[in-house]
Amino acid sequence: MEREILTLVTFFPLVGVVLLMLLPKDRHDSIKGFSLIISFVTFLFSTWLYYMFDPVANGMQFVVNIPWITSLGISYHMGIDGISLLLIVLTTVLTVLSILASWNSITTGVKGYYISMLLLETGMIGVFCALDLFMFYVFWEVMLVPMYFIIGLWGGPRKVYAAIKFVLFTMFGSLLMLVGIIYILFEYQKFSGVFSFDMVRIISELPLGYQAQLWLFGAFALAFAIKVPLFPFHTWLPDAHVQAPTAGSVILAGVLLKMGTYGFIRICLPLFPEATIAYLPYICVLSLIAIIYGALVAMVQKDVKSLVAFSSVSHMGFVMLGMFALNMQGLEGSIIQMINHGISTGALFLLVGMIYERRHTRLIEDFGGLAKVMPTFAAFFMIITLSSIGLPFTNGFIGEFLILLGAFKKNSIYGIIGATGVIFAACYMLWMYQRVFFGKVTSQENKKLLDLDWREKIILIPLVGLVFWIGVYPKPLFERIEPAVKQVITQVGRATTVEVDENYQIKRKLATADAVETEVTFQTEELSDE
Amino acid sequence: MDITSAAIDFNIIYPEICLLVASFVIFVLPFFKGPSKTAPVIAFLGLFAAALATVNQWGSQGSGFYGMVACDNFGVAFKFIFVLTSTLALLMGYRYLSAKGINRPEFYGLLLVSTVGMMVMANSTDLVVIFLGLEVMSVPLYVMAGMARRSLESNEAGIKYFIMGAFASAFLLMGIAFVFGASGTTDLRRIVADFSFIMSSARPYLLLGVSLLLVGFGFKVAAVPFHSWVPDVYQGAPTPVTAFFSVGPKAAGFAALLRVFMYGFVDVAVLTTVFQVLAILTMTVGNVLALRQNNVKRLLAYSSIAHAGYIFVALVAGGAEGISSAVFYLVAYAFFNLGGFAVVVLLETRSGCRSNFSELAGLAKTHPYLSAVLALFMFALSGFPPTVGFVGKFYVFAAAVKAGFIPLVVIGVMNSFLSVYYYLRVVKTSYFDSSETAFIPVRYSPAIILVLIVTAAGTLGMGLFPEQLLDFSKAALFAFL
Repeated sequence: MEREILTLVTFFPLVGVVLLMLLPKDRHDSIKGFSLIISFVTFLFSTWLYYMFDPVANGMQFVVNIPWITSLGISYHMGIDGISLLLIVLTTVLTVLSILASWNSITTGVKGYYISMLLLETGMIGVFCALDLFMFYVFWEVMLVPMYFIIGLWGGPRKVYAAIKFVLFTMFGSLLMLVGIIYILFEYQKFSGVFSFDMVRIISELPLGYQAQLWLFGAFALAFAIKVPLFPFHTWLPDAHVQAPTAGSVILAGVLLKMGTYGFIRICLPLFPEATIAYLPYICVLSLIAIIYGALVAMVQKDVKSLVAFSSVSHMGFVMLGMFALNMQGLEGSIIQMINHGISTGALFLLVGMIYERRHTRLIEDFGGLAKVMPTFAAFFMIITLSSIGLPFTNGFIGEFLILLGAFKKNSIYGIIGATGVIFAACYMLWMYQRVFFGKVTSQENKKLLDLDWREKIILIPLVGLVFWIGVYPKPLFERIEPAVKQVITQVGRATTVEVDENYQIKRKLATADAVETEVTFQTEELSDE
Repeated sequence: MDITSAAIDFNIIYPEICLLVASFVIFVLPFFKGPSKTAPVIAFLGLFAAALATVNQWGSQGSGFYGMVACDNFGVAFKFIFVLTSTLALLMGYRYLSAKGINRPEFYGLLLVSTVGMMVMANSTDLVVIFLGLEVMSVPLYVMAGMARRSLESNEAGIKYFIMGAFASAFLLMGIAFVFGASGTTDLRRIVADFSFIMSSARPYLLLGVSLLLVGFGFKVAAVPFHSWVPDVYQGAPTPVTAFFSVGPKAAGFAALLRVFMYGFVDVAVLTTVFQVLAILTMTVGNVLALRQNNVKRLLAYSSIAHAGYIFVALVAGGAEGISSAVFYLVAYAFFNLGGFAVVVLLETRSGCRSNFSELAGLAKTHPYLSAVLALFMFALSGFPPTVGFVGKFYVFAAAVKAGFIPLVVIGVMNSFLSVYYYLRVVKTSYFDSSETAFIPVRYSPAIILVLIVTAAGTLGMGLFPEQLLDFSKAALFAFL
């Protein structure tokens, strides 16, 4: 069982797909019920995975490696480390919640919708599990198809444009990545004499020349940067996020964007260490632009959903900045922030979807004084807003703090500019909150709005729970990602002189301290450095 | 011509004989019984017998007819493709032709004769016999393109294809003449044996001949700049015939191209550059022109040009990898392209439908399964995993990367990117657009359902488990290599 668990988690949603296909299309309740059960069971499998995962072990766990297409050296090779573990759990959680959130809002083509959601789940988990470059690419592409339909069929007014733009942008990058993958295949064959797409072996064995690394990094990074999306490849994101149905936006923001950053950590950094160092300043500058630009554009949005969409650009800029700080704090912060962004932005999209279902508008000017009419909704929105801003005791704080710390260590200018992004985030989020929830209820229609029902509370409570859990007691998460992060650092460290030891010391303290103490520890550490 | 090798050996042309016998029966039967409905059945039986005979030939090596016809896995693999293509075209055709009032026994007879021509083309090692095969293949196609006698477009297609085809044949023949002039033989094996001598003594004539040959074959595979006939002919011809056009003659053209240029003139160094130019032109022009099409049939016509471009990438790669990736791609292409055409056939069987884009709107709401299948073929054509379209492109591009043509592969994937846009337009129209008028229901026939199931299962099944097809195409090599 332990060997098959990854297969089970990845492909269990497909069981649901087959099941749904057999159901008649007008039996909406059983379709919804079955897909909820299937996604929930998948979630249970992923929690089981979480508990079986050994936090202290190095390398990949639950590895399955079966030859698949032997003549091309392709094998069914799956395995996870801490980074993928957290992302898988995030995926399964968000899928369950997305299915619950679609309960009443999807009324046409119900069967196709839930089939797409479950297919999407398989695709996403597959990306995080794949250890074979070919399989990685297959899952990466497969997941485009259901997302295309989810945006294009159940989205907003400009859904078709948004759906095609989303697919074309992603395809552009990933096709160049495909060339890169094929090139690596033959380089590895020349080097070892074996046809293999095995990521682990390729990363640990294959020596790539500097020029080749530069090109390959470019090909892979383009694919990932479009997905993240890094400025200036972000233009698909506002369209896709705003036009997608609520659940689509949640999955897009929560998981799909992470596939880009995950790709950077899993492939770009360890496989092309020298190129990483060479590209580092550019990517950091682009991340900083994304942080500031995303925040400024978010500030002037009239539509709450676009605001959240642009805030994603800004937040993902943080993730990239932390990652390319290339030190322990930055990388760990970046991974934690990936999870945080999935939770808080996912929750924000869910909240926006809930108000949209009631009022059929998302314009900030149409609201005002909602706190009086919908107190529970306002409370949930406040918590998530604060988590998105990064208030201490919420998850956002842990991630952004570590990222900024890492960025300061790398280059204080990066840190300073990045930190202003946090201030901007507070500006646009709180200003939006003020306009929507405070003041007088101006519109008659808003006076009649109903507060959250039990279904909506059930959707939000787990996310709020995660916000505080990660905010107060992030140790289990750090424990699980630590070996993986250290490995990435050492792999990149082959090419550079990252001060692994020093960082490691700081790391230890972090792992044993809780959030508040962590802050103190880091400050003293910084002082003692000087 | 070579007298030393085995003389007449009917073993190696059993599949051809099966088809010829069946076609003669089809042609002669109306004289005794009047018009009858048995023609498709006889044609099907003939194809079935040919398929069995082909299976029997797999793995055997030899040559006959004084060395003019070879029997090797390469040729046998192509025989499979041809039998498959004409069987599917036949199954597609029956209901469609009845609906259009052109269901005549000649269609089935001509289909079989054309298939025989393709088999000869793919299996010959002598330029004259290749030419013979090409003509046997083409003449029935001219007739079939103009089958719908009362349709102006079909007539235009027939005449256009005939005139252009006649020109191409003339080029080919001229090329053969020059090669013969330079080398004193039309036997590819003799040319290979004396290659360095021929190159030193009659280089300009040989190169001239080779380029004329390329023009002739380029016409048949619809390579740019010899593609101008394709859109009108594809659109005008009855759709099952178009489906057959888009796969059969193309595969036959590539079979001949591969055998002549990968075996016969493999040492002409300049060819790689020429193929590279052809590949880039064919992919780019096909894809760019497809972007603005508003008719599904015309779109598939341009897309078939683009796909020829991808196969040229395999030719550029060359060697065993190049040949087997081309074979793989052609088999894969046969499945998903014929599948796509089958959906068009089904839609066009409704009266008044001309398969414009606007007629697709609302398909998904009224025919969820048909639109799902159509989407599958479109995703396969654009090369999405896990369809066989992806594996095919992957294999072709991998062969080219291995041979070191990375810029060409980058151009190839960018073309593939372009193609995503227009294939997705088909999916978009059928799923996202709604039509003002009610969607006329499609009437399924058992034959077309069989076609859809076979092509869809092949597209998806070989995409998930391509191992068998990979082994098959790896084994599909010339006996002489």
